[in-house]
Amino acid sequence: MDWDWNFVWEIMPTLIQGVKITILATLLGSVLAAIVGLAIALARRSPNRAVSRSVGFLAEFIRGTPLLVQLYFIFYVLPDFGILLPPLVAGVIGLGLHYGTYTAEVYRAGIDNVPRGQWEAAKACNLSAGQTWSHIIIPQAIPPMIPALANYFIAMFKETPLLSAITVLELMNQAKSVANTYYRYIEPMTLVGAFFLVISLFSVVLLRWLEHRYGKIER
Amino acid sequence: MTQWSGYLGLILQGALVTIELTLMGSVLALIMAFLAGMGRLSRYFVLRALATAYIEFFRGTSIFVQLFWVYFVLPLAGISLTPLQAGVLALGLNVGAYAAEVVRGAIQSVGREQYEACIALNLGRWQGMRHVILPQALLVMLPTFGNNAIELLKATSVVSLISLADLTFQAQVVRSQTGNTLMPFTTILIIYFVLALIISWGVRSLERRMARGLDGVRV
Repeated sequence: MDWDWNFVWEIMPTLIQGVKITILATLLGSVLAAIVGLAIALARRSPNRAVSRSVGFLAEFIRGTPLLVQLYFIFYVLPDFGILLPPLVAGVIGLGLHYGTYTAEVYRAGIDNVPRGQWEAAKACNLSAGQTWSHIIIPQAIPPMIPALANYFIAMFKETPLLSAITVLELMNQAKSVANTYYRYIEPMTLVGAFFLVISLFSVVLLRWLEHRYGKIER
Repeated sequence: MTQWSGYLGLILQGALVTIELTLMGSVLALIMAFLAGMGRLSRYFVLRALATAYIEFFRGTSIFVQLFWVYFVLPLAGISLTPLQAGVLALGLNVGAYAAEVVRGAIQSVGREQYEACIALNLGRWQGMRHVILPQALLVMLPTFGNNAIELLKATSVVSLISLADLTFQAQVVRSQTGNTLMPFTTILIIYFVLALIISWGVRSLERRMARGLDGVRV
């Protein structure tokens, strides 16, 4: 079957609609993942072993199981318990939770990299635990993490097509519906691939800049 | 609840398909990883360019898009694949691209003096690679390969969307037949997690076995 440029221009507006939802889901998911990751990282450092162990296990569990199944779980199982979520919200929660367990590791490494002396200085200045975290540790720990966090957000962006499985009308779903309407797969599917490739290549450039700006995380 | 054992059988059949996919995908990924990883270190520009293009392309677009492309677009070019073949091809090529960077990094992490020793012993490029460099590099690659294998396992859930009867697909079948959502999805989440644990345990014991002969070597 031949490539048809007219068809490409015809379906482009629909695909652009999908791109908007894809980007929206990525942004919201990133914000949620950043917050969830910090919460997990802090909970794992909790002196209460019951808290740190159970959060640790939960994070391992989420990281060891597929995002698609988690999305199904949120979308199909939670309504049985009276929690009915719109598809996009369910998708963002799924992305945020799944990638939160990855960003938690980034936070952990970043926090571990803050020198011991800073903790001791905070104690010597008579800062409370909350003040130590918010004024001393977090501001120093975050900048070196930024490239690694951005890396996971790019990975999340590439996972957003999974949201089409829970009926979110993002890029992949728009492409599938277009393909099923016209029985032409080659243009929509190739365009989706091209969109992702182009945005990923741009984000790689952004990532290089972030690495340059905020320095490499120590391994 | 009464016929749950029958449905469990259905899910276990799906587990077999998932395991089969994971194993075959891993073999393909391993082959591609070594081809592309060593291709990036080649003396010849053409090989380097080919390997880089392959890696960037498959890391830049998501597994989901690649799978749909293989399944829906390749038939238009006259290459018809069964869902299983399409799944193995897409998973293997995708994860292979990530693992190729691991191979390259591990080979480059082997110290300069080892290469110089190879030259001093009059080993050819291939001999040096085979007997000196790779045995040391393999040990560095193994833990990350384990993570890649778990990523592959998780990615297999996507093939359910091209109607291959894996775990996720069977869970959907059970869901539509019984209307029960909690049981099938919880069951498959646990099965995926156990499979992931088995992979990480297997890789760790393999690592221990391989490290045995390399006591004096810094890894």
